[in-house]
Amino acid sequence: MAQMTMIQAITDALRTELRNDPKTLIFGEDVGVNGGVFRATEGLQKEFGEDRVFDTPLAESGIGGLSIGLALTGFRPIPEIQFFGFVFEVMDSIAGQMSRMRYRSGGRYHMPITVRSPFGGGVHTPELHSDSLEGLMAQTPGLKVVVPSTPYDAKGLLISAIRDNDPVIFLEHLKLYRAFRQEVPEEEYTIPIGKADIKREGKDLSIITYGAMVHESLKAADELAKEGYSVEVVDLRTIMPLDIETIIASVEKTGRAIVVQEAQKQAGIAANVVAEINDRAILSLEAPVLRVAAPDTVYPFSQAESVWLPNYKDVIETAKKVLTF
Amino acid sequence: MASKTQKAPLDVKKSLQTAEEQFQTFQILNEEGEVVNEAAMPNLTDEQLQELMRRMVYTRILDQRSISLNRQGRLGFYAPTAGQEASQLASQFALEKEDFILPGYRDVPQLIWHGLPLYQAFLFSRGHYHGNQIPEGVNVLSPQIIIGAQYVQAAGVALGLKKNGTKAVAITYTGDGGASQGDFYEGINFAGAFKAPAIFIVQNNRFAISTPVEKQSAAKTIAQKAMAAGIPGIQVDGMDPLAVYVAVRDARERAINGEGPTLIETLTYRYGPHTMAGDDPTRYRSADLDNEWEKKDPLVRFRKFLEKKGLWSEELENEVIEQAKEDIKEAIKKADETPKQKVTDLMSIMFEEMPHYLKEQYEIYKAKESK
Ligand SMILES: Cc1ncc(C[n+]2csc(CCOP(=O)(O)OP(=O)(O)O)c2C)c(N)n1
Ligand SMILES: [Mg+2]
Repeated sequence: MAQMTMIQAITDALRTELRNDPKTLIFGEDVGVNGGVFRATEGLQKEFGEDRVFDTPLAESGIGGLSIGLALTGFRPIPEIQFFGFVFEVMDSIAGQMSRMRYRSGGRYHMPITVRSPFGGGVHTPELHSDSLEGLMAQTPGLKVVVPSTPYDAKGLLISAIRDNDPVIFLEHLKLYRAFRQEVPEEEYTIPIGKADIKREGKDLSIITYGAMVHESLKAADELAKEGYSVEVVDLRTIMPLDIETIIASVEKTGRAIVVQEAQKQAGIAANVVAEINDRAILSLEAPVLRVAAPDTVYPFSQAESVWLPNYKDVIETAKKVLTF
Repeated sequence: MASKTQKAPLDVKKSLQTAEEQFQTFQILNEEGEVVNEAAMPNLTDEQLQELMRRMVYTRILDQRSISLNRQGRLGFYAPTAGQEASQLASQFALEKEDFILPGYRDVPQLIWHGLPLYQAFLFSRGHYHGNQIPEGVNVLSPQIIIGAQYVQAAGVALGLKKNGTKAVAITYTGDGGASQGDFYEGINFAGAFKAPAIFIVQNNRFAISTPVEKQSAAKTIAQKAMAAGIPGIQVDGMDPLAVYVAVRDARERAINGEGPTLIETLTYRYGPHTMAGDDPTRYRSADLDNEWEKKDPLVRFRKFLEKKGLWSEELENEVIEQAKEDIKEAIKKADETPKQKVTDLMSIMFEEMPHYLKEQYEIYKAKESK
C-alpha cells in the first residue's frame, strides 16, 4: 500500500476511472496542462490525451451545460469547478437542470455526472474561495452530496461517485488536501455513497460531523477522553442522503449527541441531522442535541478566519454542555 | 431532414473573415518608442506625459515590493501587475474623478490612482474588511473576485449615471478568460441595449491562469465580440500607453455624448505568476514567449519616447522609485497600525440591523474576543 495525501488519492481515483471506463471525461478550468490549480488532475492529460482530459473556456455555466450535453450523448463527465464559491455561476446547470433531468424526462435520461470542487476554510484565500455551500446542494432534490475527510475515503467515495448514474457533488476540503498522508490501496475499491463511518467508537456521546470538522471532533474526543468521557465520532461522508441507520444506532447507544459543521449555523446540514434524530430517537435522548457551527456572517475576510471557524475547543465546550446536562 | 441539394446563398465563411479583418491592432508607439501613427497622437502636455510615466514606474515598484512583501508573509492575496502598466494606468489616466471603476482582482493599481489609499489596498490583500471600505468621493468598487460579475454591474452603474444626469462613465476590467463568461456578454449587451455610458476593457494577457487565449474561443479577437452586442469594439496594443489612452479617451467621449458603450481589448502580458498562491508559469508558458513580450515592455518604450523628447532621465526615474518605496513603507506601517479585525466587526456589517440569531452570536463572540 502507498502513503497518499488526499489530493493524491483523488488523482488516483480519477486515473482508475479514466482507465476503467472510456466514457469518462475530465474537464474544467486549468485541469489539462496545469493539472488543476491544486494538481488534482496532475499528469492525467499526458496519460489519457486531450480527448479525455481537457481545459474549457472560462465559464462555469458553460462547464455545467457541457456536462449535461455530454451525459445526454453517453459520456460520464467529471467536471471540476475550480473553487466551490463559483458554484453560483453554475447553479442553474446543477440545481435547475441536471438534478431534475431524470425526473423531468420521466426517467428517459439520466445524468451520471460527478462535479468535483474544492471548498472549505482555513487557508487564507480571497473571497468566495472558502465558503461551505454544501447546504445549497443538499437542499436540492435530485443531487447526492459527498464530503470525504480522509485520503482513503476520498478514493473509495470518488470512484463510487463516478460510477453512480445520478449527479453527485463531490466536495474536497482545501485544508485536507495535503494535511496528512494515509495508507491507500493502489488497487481499486469503492465506499458506498450514503454510508457514514464511525471514525472513533465511544459510549457517552455521539459527535456527528463531516469534512474537516471530523478532525476537530477527533481532537476534541481525545481531550474529552482525558477527562474520562468516551466519545464516538460519526463521519457522515455523504451528507445527502444521510445514513440514518448509523446515526440513529449511535445515538441510541450513547443517548447524547452534538452535530458539528464548518458552515454557518442557520438552515444547515447540522439542523437536518438534529431533526432526523428528533424524529427517530427522541426517547433515547438524555439531553438536547446541540450544534457547533460557524457564526452567521458571510465567510470572513481571512484575517478573522481562525476565530470564526469552529475548532476542537468549541466542540469540547458544546460536548460538555450535553454530557453534563 | 437536412439535405445538401442547394448551393448556399451566402458565403458565410467569407463574411466572417471580412468582419474579423476589421479588427486591426491600434498602435501609436512601437516597441522602440517611435511614433508610428502621428495622426492619432493625443495632445497631452509634457507634464501629463511625465505624470503617466511616473505612474508606470511607481506601479512597477509597487508590484515588485508587493511580491516580496507577500513572500515575507506581510501581504496576503496578490495578483502581479508588471507588464500591464500601460493597459491599466493609461486607461485610468483617461478618466475623470467622477467616473466609476469596477475592477477585477488584478486591477488594484487603477484604484490607487483613482484615489484608494495605498494602505487600504494592502489591507484588502491581507484580508481585512477596512481595505474594502472605500473612502467617500472615491468612485470605485473593491476588486471583484468572481470573474465577469463586474461586467454586468458596470452596465447598471452606467445606466444609473445616465439616469442621474451625471456626466461620467462606468469603466470595468476583465481578462481574456473573463471574456468567455456569460456575464461578459450580458454586460456588453445590456449596456448596448440601454445606450449606457460604459467602457468595457478586456486586458488580454494571453493566459487565464494556464489556459492560453486560443483555447477560450474560436473568435480571432476579443474586440470583435462587441459586434454581437451592436457596440464599437477596438483592439489596442496594450503595451502602448498612448494608444490605450486614446482608445479610452474616445470611448469616454462617445459615452458622455450619449452614444453608448465601447469594448476595448488591450493586448498585453503579465510578466509574473498568475497570483502569489503557488502558480508556476513555467508549466504553461515558454521562455521564448516571455522574451518576446519582455521586448514590448511599456516602460521601456515610453521611457525611450520621453527621453528623446528630453522629458525623462535616470534622475527623474530614481526620484519616483524613492518616492514609491517611501510611500509603501508608510502604507505598510499604517496597515500594521489598523486595529485587528474581529468576528464581531463582521457581524455588525452584515445588515442595517442584526437579526436575533446574530445578536445572540454577537454576545458569544464578544466574550470570546475580549479574553
Ligand atoms: C467565476 C470564477 N471562475 C474562476 C475563477 C478562478 N480564476 C481566477 S483568475 C482566473 C483566470 C482569469 O484569467 P483572465 O480573465 O485572463 O484574467 P488574468 O488573470 O489573466 O488577468 C481563474 C480561472 C474565479 N475567480 N471566478
Ligand atoms: Mg488573462
